[in-house]
Amino acid sequence: MASASLARPFALSAPGLILFITLLGTPLILTLMLSFYKFDFTTGIHPAFSFGNYLEVLSDSYFHEIFGRTFGVALLVTVICVLLGAPEAYILSRMRNPWKSWFLIAILGPLLISVIVRTLGWALLIGGRGMISEALQALHLIDAPFSLMFTTTGMVIALVHVLVPFMVISVWASLQKVDPQVEDAALTLGADKMTALRRVVIPQIMPGILSGSLIVFALTASAFATPAIIGGRRLKVVATTAYDEYLNTLNWPLGAAIAFLLLIANVIVIMSYNRFIERRYAKVFE
Amino acid sequence: MRKNGPIELVFHTLFIIFLLAPLAAVVAVSFTDKGYLSLPTDGLSVRWFMAIAQYPGFIDAFWMSIYLGLASATVAVAVAIPAAMAIGRYRFPGRESLTAVFMSPLMIPSVVLGVSFLRFFSEIGLSGTFVGIALAHIVLIMPYALRLVLASVTGLPRDAEQAAETLGASRWTVFWRITLPLIIPGIAGGWLLAFITSFDEVTMSVFVASPETMTLPVRMYHHIAQTIDPLIASISTVLIVITGVLMLLLDKFYGLDRVLVGKG
Repeated sequence: MASASLARPFALSAPGLILFITLLGTPLILTLMLSFYKFDFTTGIHPAFSFGNYLEVLSDSYFHEIFGRTFGVALLVTVICVLLGAPEAYILSRMRNPWKSWFLIAILGPLLISVIVRTLGWALLIGGRGMISEALQALHLIDAPFSLMFTTTGMVIALVHVLVPFMVISVWASLQKVDPQVEDAALTLGADKMTALRRVVIPQIMPGILSGSLIVFALTASAFATPAIIGGRRLKVVATTAYDEYLNTLNWPLGAAIAFLLLIANVIVIMSYNRFIERRYAKVFE
Repeated sequence: MRKNGPIELVFHTLFIIFLLAPLAAVVAVSFTDKGYLSLPTDGLSVRWFMAIAQYPGFIDAFWMSIYLGLASATVAVAVAIPAAMAIGRYRFPGRESLTAVFMSPLMIPSVVLGVSFLRFFSEIGLSGTFVGIALAHIVLIMPYALRLVLASVTGLPRDAEQAAETLGASRWTVFWRITLPLIIPGIAGGWLLAFITSFDEVTMSVFVASPETMTLPVRMYHHIAQTIDPLIASISTVLIVITGVLMLLLDKFYGLDRVLVGKG
């Protein structure tokens, strides 16, 4: 009965498709057009086609710094998430129930709690009168209060916290397909722990690490709330800059151009990364 | 299988502390008896929870988020069910592309969705309306609803449906009496995950929400951007508790690990 007629699957998916074409396709096209329009502070938006906004972003060192910071932070957060998330997923996979399920929920649960709440938690911990500063002073480890608010370090810590569960999920999923006896076999055959890890475990979970990195990188590069709260006005990233252009300066065409450059940069990174993964895969499974 | 050694367990403990510390900090500060940010060292107090009642802005935003989540999750699931039946049950040209279209809101940065919806709604006169922000949320949460409904449709054995068909039941009867009851866990799980996603969403909503349609996370963001006080901590604690309850429900209906790890 399946595939008997084409009309049925199309009829079933029609509501969703119509919804997405009108409510996603149209806004994206309208905004892409908007990004080529001109903007004047006194007269507003002019529907004249030009690359002016894109040239402005691509040639201004102010925007270079913002894009550089955004992708630099995204890279750093991705590396730290690999270093923390992959070992944690591995440790978790070797635990027994009920510990395993409880810790899995403890790690994945925060994903469902608003990013605002989690970022607020970091602001409370790392601020000048924050808990870490107060605790270190009480222990006489430091003399003066110290604050990581409005610093890149603070931003990276909070973003790692927000995004590391995605890495754990990704590596965890690939560990489910791994036979733990293969590692045991390596150890029985005389490999030391490090060799077994390097030659047996890591190659098998590489696909999970790579796809996890992609998710973390893309989400960090487009993060808004955490950089806005921890970085503040001083440490702008692409998403907060687009927001400022839209809602403070009201230069919508420029804001649209910034947002689309973020989308384009993300797509380029994801596609070249996919190509890299395909090449790696051939090696891993040779 | 080898057991974890001491180094592994220390790493694990530090990792869990790192993940839970900010949430613990929020909860601890919300119980302070002082008028400023501090730990409740002289005793616990619920004064900042009582204080929430004096800020109608937050109460209104909370109900806005609830209504928005109810409306958009319900519509998203209603659209996702037939789409999941089409994708899960039929092989047709364009099936892969159709799935990619429905999943695309996950790939597009929320800030791009935000600027696009703001432009679109101001063009068609829906700017600042409940309908506008609800439509934006429906698109955003659709992938979550579809993924869980689709998983339950694809995992479904066909025997009972085929038996019903053989016995002369119409397509509608088969769907209502056999298929729908069997995929209810996926529908409930998808609805809850869609609701939670809508309820928590901030990046896109910050562009689309007007003062009249401001959701709770957006209002909290604007508050934190100005000042961080025990009030915002107590509101966050309420949110943590609500999310915890929803998480337990999701676990009961569908299994939390299945939802989050995406198996099954």
